[in-house]
Amino acid sequence: MTVVVAATGVWSCLQDRGRPGWATAGVGRSGAFDLPAAQLANRLVGNDEDAAVIETVGGGLRLRLTAPAVLAVTGAGGPVTLAGRPVGRNAPVAAPAGTDLTVGTPTAGLRSYVAVRGGIAVAPVLGSRSWDSLGRLGPAPLAPADRLPVGPVPAATPVVSHAPVPPMAAADLAVTPGPRADWFTAEAWTTLVRAEWRVLPTSDRVGVRLSGPALPRAAAVAGRELPPEPMVRGAVQVPPDGQPIILGPDHPTTGGYPVLAVVSAPGMARCAQLTPGDTVRLHAILGAGR
Amino acid sequence: MTGPVWRPFGADAVLVEFALPHERWSFRCPLADETVVGARTVLLRFDARRYRVADLRAAAHLVPSDAARPPRSHTIAVTYDGPDLVAVADAGGMSAAEYIRRHTRAEYRAEFCGFAPGFAYLSGLDPALASPRRANPRPRVPPGSLAVAGPYCAVYPSASPGGWNLLGTTTTRLFDPAAADVALIRPGDTVRFEALS
Repeated sequence: MTVVVAATGVWSCLQDRGRPGWATAGVGRSGAFDLPAAQLANRLVGNDEDAAVIETVGGGLRLRLTAPAVLAVTGAGGPVTLAGRPVGRNAPVAAPAGTDLTVGTPTAGLRSYVAVRGGIAVAPVLGSRSWDSLGRLGPAPLAPADRLPVGPVPAATPVVSHAPVPPMAAADLAVTPGPRADWFTAEAWTTLVRAEWRVLPTSDRVGVRLSGPALPRAAAVAGRELPPEPMVRGAVQVPPDGQPIILGPDHPTTGGYPVLAVVSAPGMARCAQLTPGDTVRLHAILGAGR
Repeated sequence: MTGPVWRPFGADAVLVEFALPHERWSFRCPLADETVVGARTVLLRFDARRYRVADLRAAAHLVPSDAARPPRSHTIAVTYDGPDLVAVADAGGMSAAEYIRRHTRAEYRAEFCGFAPGFAYLSGLDPALASPRRANPRPRVPPGSLAVAGPYCAVYPSASPGGWNLLGTTTTRLFDPAAADVALIRPGDTVRFEALS
């Protein structure tokens, strides 16, 4: 069976758990930005948690089913329709052949995940079906009329009819001090965890760019450049302009901007749902401070 | 083991910084799931449900250099016809032919990868051949482009935007996800360039 992409929406791609283990060759991990949402979508349709799902930004994705299918939509909040009739998010949906499933414009959050029972079964690249937007590796972003193969129906049957998901909370991301916190003044750390930051429209899967008060570097490192070092998802890099960038799943494997802080894994799931113009706060955990 | 500085990097990674960067090549930590090499550092990713940074520190060690993975050597044939060759040679006060002669004389070392799959930063550039990044990056650099910027040279494995100065092109494939070794050049390897006439 195949799923036909009738409309891609703003932007859609395939994602799974990503591509760990290749960073030394310059290949990033990639993977679903809101990983818990992608895993929940898979659980709801009885898939392995790491099966490939569709990650779609905003609304407008429309999928046509060539055969009866079971799907689930998770992630952002907002309308979903099947053959024009509203159906629930965070719940398995049984779709007859020939019907369209449409993801509407989110009322909360940015990224939705659509799992199909059996998983999207395009050919993996280096063990993953994730599209890496920076490395340009993996199955290309969805285009109209794409036909996505669906894998064999798994042995497990969906056992959950609906997963209660709390309304999206205000974005308050937990951070720990990063490996180069000592490149910044003590005030920079205080500012990072006290200020209100605004999400810039240049944000994407590579990084979420924030705008706010400048985070100054310590006098001791004035004029110094950091030899490039490995990066991780959640690293808060601060370029010379003092405006932080939270690295997303498609971050470069190495980078030359010092990392002041690191956002926790739950914080990164929330980060995936940040929309340009949103305000976001960060708070220290685990003996933070300096 | 003393010496390197261990810098926590989130809940399940730690950055190990070496005063002697060559120790990156003989550094081992058997408890790490993944080891990623930087210019002066090594990142260790680990299972935080099983280990703490202290466990990794206790298990880390340097292997004797003859037990470390032997670096591979590559010779890459290049047609030195890049659009920036003459300007970069001029800036160094030499002819293009002299620039090529010096560039093919050196042995380079892959320090770390980044920027793109299979993109290795090569050190060992003759300082007289160094040149800053272009003020205006090109929107598309062709695959196989040999380029210099700052103290490094590199070959672009695939087409991408790029701000480095282009010296020439190679038909050698640098990155192939279907190959047993996806990246031709791995950190620690040595590289020479050979001019095709």
